[in-house]
Amino acid sequence: MVEKTFKITSSDGVHARPATVLVQNAGKYESDINLHYKEKAVNLKSIMGIMSLGIPAGAEVKITAEGSDEQEAIDHLETTMKNEGLGE
Amino acid sequence: MTHLKGIAASSGIAIAKVYRLEAPDLSYSKQDIEQPEEEVKRLHEALETSKSELEKIKEHTRKSLGDEHAEIFSAHLLVLSDPELIQPIEDKIKTENVNAEAALDETANMFINMFKSMDNEYMRERAADIQDVTKRVMAHLLNVTFPDPALINEEVVIVADDLTPSDTAQLNKQYVKGFTTDIGGRTSHSAIMARSLEIPAVVGTKDITTKAEKDSMIIIDGMNGDVIVGPTDEQVQEYKQKQEDFEKQKQEWAKLKDEPTVTSEGEHVELVANIGTPDDVEGVLNNGGEGVGLYRTEFLYMGKSQLPTEEEQFDAYSSVLKQMGDKPVVVRTLDIGGDKELDYLELPEEMNPFLGYRAIRLCLERDDIFRVQLRALLRASVHGNLKIMFPMIATLEEFRQAKAMLEEEREKLLSEGHEVSGDIEVGMMVEIPATAVIARQFAKEVDFFSIGTNDLIQYTMAADRMNERVSYLYQPYNPAILNLINNVIEAAHAEGKWAGMCGEMAGDEIAIPILLGLGLDEFSMSATSILPARTQIKDLSKSELASYKKEILSLGTAEEVVEFVKEKTQSE
Repeated sequence: MVEKTFKITSSDGVHARPATVLVQNAGKYESDINLHYKEKAVNLKSIMGIMSLGIPAGAEVKITAEGSDEQEAIDHLETTMKNEGLGE
Repeated sequence: MTHLKGIAASSGIAIAKVYRLEAPDLSYSKQDIEQPEEEVKRLHEALETSKSELEKIKEHTRKSLGDEHAEIFSAHLLVLSDPELIQPIEDKIKTENVNAEAALDETANMFINMFKSMDNEYMRERAADIQDVTKRVMAHLLNVTFPDPALINEEVVIVADDLTPSDTAQLNKQYVKGFTTDIGGRTSHSAIMARSLEIPAVVGTKDITTKAEKDSMIIIDGMNGDVIVGPTDEQVQEYKQKQEDFEKQKQEWAKLKDEPTVTSEGEHVELVANIGTPDDVEGVLNNGGEGVGLYRTEFLYMGKSQLPTEEEQFDAYSSVLKQMGDKPVVVRTLDIGGDKELDYLELPEEMNPFLGYRAIRLCLERDDIFRVQLRALLRASVHGNLKIMFPMIATLEEFRQAKAMLEEEREKLLSEGHEVSGDIEVGMMVEIPATAVIARQFAKEVDFFSIGTNDLIQYTMAADRMNERVSYLYQPYNPAILNLINNVIEAAHAEGKWAGMCGEMAGDEIAIPILLGLGLDEFSMSATSILPARTQIKDLSKSELASYKKEILSLGTAEEVVEFVKEKTQSE
């Protein structure tokens, strides 16, 4: 399993367009990918799961990936986070 | 034949078949099933059909309205392939042996209720998204037609109770010839969209949905609000003629698109447009606008869960300025409070919102909000011809204070190394009678005036414009109003400044000759009124109209004014 931690820099927190792109990209991989925020973890391939967390600006989140393409997946998602101005 | 009268919301005539845009009957019965695998298969078929429809709608929206509008459908598509939604539905079918309809409805409702209960407006809106998409899937499970304006492929007039933003976003102008609704007014969302799409619309007919059956013929007249269901042959002929005349008229207008606005003696006046978002600029340019006379910045603040950032605002203002090139763009700073609420500001409710804590009054106190807007404006100023005006100014002190804040922010930006245009005119709205009365004193300090007639009339006549029982007092041609307007224009000119107007009145056929005679320099109106107004002004003599000034200003009633103007302008 691989994991990476991010700080949310987008002033709107995690929703709208960036979240859509994140979920779309997560869906491209075989690995199980989860997003952890506070004590909760949700499936990063689920738009509703992500939305339900209501992650605000400034929050710390962790992405974990486990499976055959875990490294590729997490690298791609890291780029997505940065490109979409979501977090770093 | 049934004749209905509604509110003319967007010009033009449409004659076509009725397309009823209504919620389909999605009632189902919960059943025990014996072959869960079959149900799961049905579920997936319905999901796949829904997805391919949404792909089409998304593509269509992208082409007609751009990426940003299409984005919502990407989110809808993700909901349909969301494992956290689909898996529980499948599980429910398999473990409880219920039909797909019941499993879908119960699971989706759980999510909808969860989102609805969140204390965040954005999340509550997402509940509506989930509702939207599950309805589509449900319709396919039940084999009922789910009306999709984007998928219409014959000429129709849409009949609906009301149109939602996502409905209007999907309209294809090639087939949708117009629409008519039960509810709404000239400024409701659907009406504004109709004008920017330039398709005829009549709204607020109260009961068109009970009168118009699917596929019957319907005529709508977006000029005077007539709707005729099941017209006679004579009526169809009559309206076809009207439609042709209107098209010809439009072509006449279009000839003036790139011409300056001049009176019969060749004197130039400026015809500019009112806009609410950067997307509106295209319509301004297509209709030959010579600039933007009122950019309402409220939309940047509305419909979200928190204040827009400096960057968001900078992007919007820069986009408008760049698109307009060297043409002037008058931006009105935030006019919020009173009846226009922002949930996230949590303003106390007021007895009398129109006379209360709003616009510049709020901005001067909440300068944490105001200064962000001023910074964004100043930074954007290098991208075009920016002018800034403050709304709801009542006293000179307010104007001075607002202007001082603007100057402070300019200094700060310069010291931070930002570029700011050195040539930004700063003016004010004249909406409060107090300022019109001593306009001369204000004229010494402002660069320009823009008269906001809707509020000026309501404050001068002491009549709430939302209250139907006193709506007869909403009198743009009342000599009291005209004298105030004249006072403002004279004051501006005496100090070498200019005076404009940005209310409904500026684009009004009767008001235009009066305002021209009073010497108004700039007329700001909805984009589609510009070419008709330019055509009208071409045949008006400013010097002749100016010679009636004294007489008009001394008339006693609004009716007398209208009569006088009609007589003078029609006798030519």
